[in-house]
Amino acid sequence: MGTTEQTWELRLYIAGKTPKSVSALSNLKKYCEEHLHGKYKIEVIDLLEKPQLAEGDQIFAVPTLVRKVPVPIRKIIGDLSNEEKVLVGLNIISVKSSVDVK
Amino acid sequence: MTKKINKLQDQKKAGLLPKSRTGINGLDEITEGGLPVGRPTLICGSAGCGKTLMSIEFIVRGALIYNEPGVFMAFEEKADELAVNVASLGFDLNQLIEDKLIRIDHVHIERSEIEETGEYDLEGLFIRLGYAIDSIGAKRVVLDTIENLFAGLDNQTVLRSEIRRLFQWLKEKGVTAIITGERGDNSLTRQGLEEYVSDCVILLENRISNQISTRLLRIVKYRGSVHGTNEYPFLIDEDGISVLPVTSLQLDSAVSTESISSGIASLDTMLGGAGFYKGSSILISGTAGTGKTSIASSFANANCLDGKKCIYFAFEESPHQIIRNMRSIGIDLNNHIKSGLLEFHASRPTLHGLEMHLVAIHKNIKRFKPDIVVLDPVTNLITVGSVSEVKSMLIRLVDYLQNEGITVMFTALSLNNTFNEQTDEGISSLVDAWLLIRDIESNGERNRGLYVMKSRGMGHSNQIREFIIADEGLELVDVYLGPDGVLVGSAREAHILREQTGQALHGQAVSRKDREISRKRKLLEAKIAGLQTEFESVEEELNKVYLEEELKHKIQEDNRREMIEKRKSIKAKK
Repeated sequence: MGTTEQTWELRLYIAGKTPKSVSALSNLKKYCEEHLHGKYKIEVIDLLEKPQLAEGDQIFAVPTLVRKVPVPIRKIIGDLSNEEKVLVGLNIISVKSSVDVK
Repeated sequence: MTKKINKLQDQKKAGLLPKSRTGINGLDEITEGGLPVGRPTLICGSAGCGKTLMSIEFIVRGALIYNEPGVFMAFEEKADELAVNVASLGFDLNQLIEDKLIRIDHVHIERSEIEETGEYDLEGLFIRLGYAIDSIGAKRVVLDTIENLFAGLDNQTVLRSEIRRLFQWLKEKGVTAIITGERGDNSLTRQGLEEYVSDCVILLENRISNQISTRLLRIVKYRGSVHGTNEYPFLIDEDGISVLPVTSLQLDSAVSTESISSGIASLDTMLGGAGFYKGSSILISGTAGTGKTSIASSFANANCLDGKKCIYFAFEESPHQIIRNMRSIGIDLNNHIKSGLLEFHASRPTLHGLEMHLVAIHKNIKRFKPDIVVLDPVTNLITVGSVSEVKSMLIRLVDYLQNEGITVMFTALSLNNTFNEQTDEGISSLVDAWLLIRDIESNGERNRGLYVMKSRGMGHSNQIREFIIADEGLELVDVYLGPDGVLVGSAREAHILREQTGQALHGQAVSRKDREISRKRKLLEAKIAGLQTEFESVEEELNKVYLEEELKHKIQEDNRREMIEKRKSIKAKK
């Protein structure tokens, strides 16, 4: 699978340092370290600072995680507390399983 | 006393809720000034009833008329789709966006692209909206339709509390907001939430009765303000939304004592000389084919000739038909159309609902500003509504026209029975003047009799006049009151003829007698002449004797004198 070679570009939209955004960020970091070690890039955007960016990625809920690369764009909203859902949502499970098969 | 009242009013005014005018025709009248400033208003209704249009009109008119920039947050349509949709109303959305008067933010929610996991809130939406508002200094906000959030997201509890928070947040922002919502099964909205958190709720409906759909608007609630509570019909056309202006509940319209000719000189005489009052309403009722349209046309014609403006709403015939037909009685309406004094609006009653007709009539009157309005015939409207609906519509129309000082003439078809005459769509009590044309059937022919049933505020004739439609126009003729009662039509003609014959015969007799007399005189004169001659001859006879006697006497005298002379000479000789 070609996607394995790619760097994952993830963008996390938050609005201030709320408990939800803090836990979302820590959860995300944890999952990425576990499943995408070294192949990911996380960009955190605080909408309180850059509100003009909300429209571009069609953000309406926070926290929202956007997978920019690989395409297609996928979005996960919430504090990312459910690991399985996040992995399915980002399509990471398949990556992991393909690694396992190797 | 008045000072006291003024004071009270001032006090009231001071505490009044500030309102933001929508700029939508008629809506500001119903809401008595517009939507509540700085508060959210819900516009709800089922699909296709005009929610989005009404809200975008609120934004656009706000920007154009009241110089209040607005944000339109669309959950359904994209900005360019919206621009195309409102372009048909003559709004250039893209230009307004460029001028920073309007900002459109399309929120795209695609369920398949979104996963939900754990806690979240809609702060992103708030920030986005807040940014949009701040970027153009918006005073007005529309969220269309917020329910799409529910379709895209699963966590209902979060959504409900967030929407509640959104309403609160909008209030804090101080923007006048419109939120649109789909109509639910048993509640005003699907979620049964927005109507409680909004300060004003407007319900739009599309009702179909007799296969004719009517758009209706009703204000369900309006916190802190009085408002009209009825259902008001509204119309969407090339000028946007127009809500039907409300019936003014007061009966305080100014009246005029000016008169306006009916177009038939003899009818004016029946009405006391000058015709109808300006700004009054006139009803002409009659059975089929009694010449109602002719009277109406002649009324329009006469006033157009006077330079007044007239609108003719025809519900039965096409303008061309009327123009052609009226030409046959010497009325040329085409001239007035060309000179712009007369306007025809013909539509089938079934074209749209009753209220739509009223809105259409209103719009045309507002635009054209006529002195005279003709509706021919109002009875046809019954095909799209019940008698009471037609009546209420006409009441509102008459009311409006009276306020504007416009004279209106209705024609109404009455059925051929006497009971019905009193209730021509129940408007006979409403109008100021009522002319009734009736068929008078006798001697195997039908004639038209016209009489003035009522004419408020002017002495009018109580006589029936025979109404004659001739090539030269309309005419009222005094019916013939003979020894056998009222005579009309050919019976009248026959009677007049009989009288003429009688007169001729009488004349003949008179002249014969005259001749007789002159003959007698001649005879007598002849006799007198004869006697005269006789007398002359007798006189002459008598004269002759007399002369002879005198002659004889003279001769005798001469003879005697001669004798004496002779005797003297003899004596002398001696």
